[in-house]
Amino acid sequence: MTLLKEGQIDRRWIYLAMLCAVGLPILLQLTFPEIPSPKVLDVFDAVDKLPEGSRILMACDFDPASAGELEPMMSAFVRHCGTKNHKLIFLALWPQGAPVIKSNIVILNKEFPEYEYGKDYVNLGYQPGNEVVLKVLVTDFKKQCSTDVDGTSTSTLPLTRDLTKIQQLSLVISVSTGNPGTTEWVQYVASPFGMPMVAGTTAVQAPSLYAYIPRQLISVLGGIKGAAEYEQAIIDHYPTMGENNGAREGLRRMGPQLLGHLLIVMLIVVGNVLYFSQKEKGVGA
Amino acid sequence: MKPDKVIAGIMLVVGLVVLFRTSTGGMGQSYSREVTVSPASAPDVQWSKYEDAFPREQGEPGVSFSWSRTLGLWISALLTLAIFSFLLGDNVVYKLAEAIFLGVSAGYVMVAGFYDGIVGKLLAGLAPTLMRDSLLPGLPPEQQTNWLNIVPLILGMMLLWRLSPKGGWISRWPIALFIGITAGFRMLAYFEADFVGQIQNTIVPLLVFAADGSFDWVQSVKNLLMVTGVLSTLTYFFFSVEHTGVIHRVSRVGIWVLMITFGVGFGMTVMGRIALLAARLEFLFDDWLWLIDPLNRRS
Repeated sequence: MTLLKEGQIDRRWIYLAMLCAVGLPILLQLTFPEIPSPKVLDVFDAVDKLPEGSRILMACDFDPASAGELEPMMSAFVRHCGTKNHKLIFLALWPQGAPVIKSNIVILNKEFPEYEYGKDYVNLGYQPGNEVVLKVLVTDFKKQCSTDVDGTSTSTLPLTRDLTKIQQLSLVISVSTGNPGTTEWVQYVASPFGMPMVAGTTAVQAPSLYAYIPRQLISVLGGIKGAAEYEQAIIDHYPTMGENNGAREGLRRMGPQLLGHLLIVMLIVVGNVLYFSQKEKGVGA
Repeated sequence: MKPDKVIAGIMLVVGLVVLFRTSTGGMGQSYSREVTVSPASAPDVQWSKYEDAFPREQGEPGVSFSWSRTLGLWISALLTLAIFSFLLGDNVVYKLAEAIFLGVSAGYVMVAGFYDGIVGKLLAGLAPTLMRDSLLPGLPPEQQTNWLNIVPLILGMMLLWRLSPKGGWISRWPIALFIGITAGFRMLAYFEADFVGQIQNTIVPLLVFAADGSFDWVQSVKNLLMVTGVLSTLTYFFFSVEHTGVIHRVSRVGIWVLMITFGVGFGMTVMGRIALLAARLEFLFDDWLWLIDPLNRRS
């Protein structure tokens, strides 16, 4: 493979370099220290400062395509809530969100065996109807969710028995990648009813949500960096969590981030140097 | 040496390594644990379910090699590589993986939509007793027939008329209704949360004093930058006045704010894409190739 082809770097070299930059830190399991930023600490405090056993709604609005970014923060939220004995109500506005909920319930069952279905957590599964679901949830919870994912009546489950509308819950956690997602939760639930809400989103989506902070949205975890910082904040406050390698998924992914970004910065510099050197020589003019 | 030959050589070597490690049982195996389940309401009724187990747990009671999970793991790994192959150029393997992904996604969404939407909402409202006796045994006994559900049923049937060779125009009515309702519905939400809400969020004090009375210059600068950014960007999009003099200079600031925003967006996109690549590589190295073991699943 020649490095330069018609005055340009053969893109296959770039792919190979990116594979090495991202792959080697994973193989060598390189990790770097993370310092939680104020935005991440706001998310942490919103969950941590709630009275123990508070009821929280966890919206899982993403699919496996975004799992690389969002799964670490979703599991971090579950672990943090489990540590605080918060009661969790899971639901998804995306059909593909339902299996993701199940994989997080596995975490809950394994790491917090005292959690009992119906009493400490409920899985409402996929709720079809996009934002209409949210509109109904704020007026009549049972009308939208008369049964859980297994067809059990929510009127018989201790956690949801007295729930008439979701404003009765202490917090909404939205982990989302697009539409419907965090924006809709802000528009239909948090903003009109002043409901406390935090979110974890893909890096691409995060900048569009910063405008809602802090009045309409407490704070946002943006991408894998947000997930890693959140994991670090949990470990800082609950050191035993640091012994759980599963709770360091986001932190593990920051090694590849560092080298990947360094490579991109280097490529931008090299690209500009090549461009200007060729311009001087009159190539491509 | 031609690039194609180099790539073929690398793939051959990797293939041989994979073949060797597989034949020696050193990679790509999945295990499951049989768990007996019994409902609290009927302890005599029992059935088995299979949960994921770690390779290090093999030999423990109920843990066995799982052909179905192993097959799933290999399909997942090979499809990942098939998608990566696009980097070397469009090819039949990539197209096959893409078609499988689209087909499976569409099928999954359709089944989930049918079961949770048509059965769980529409039919449960129209025929609660029938649904309770068949597909939804947990449906609350107090749930009565909701005759209003006939409306979406009829609209849904009208929508399907589009597939008919004649009378396709009938489907325009439910589409028109759907678009009208959605537009009105979303307009209200946007107006409240984004239009009015964002104006409210921009009305902030430019001089911020802390609780102890001291001047909070960090927050003051932040607020000043935010307000300046919003106003200058709005000025850039204000085309009713010629962009000369002060308006020109302010709109230039607006362009800078926009460029910085696009830069942030690009940076965040790069981070997102690297995160996705890292997740797939971790899957290949850990779950499939067994080159790393961050979760101590094998040792």
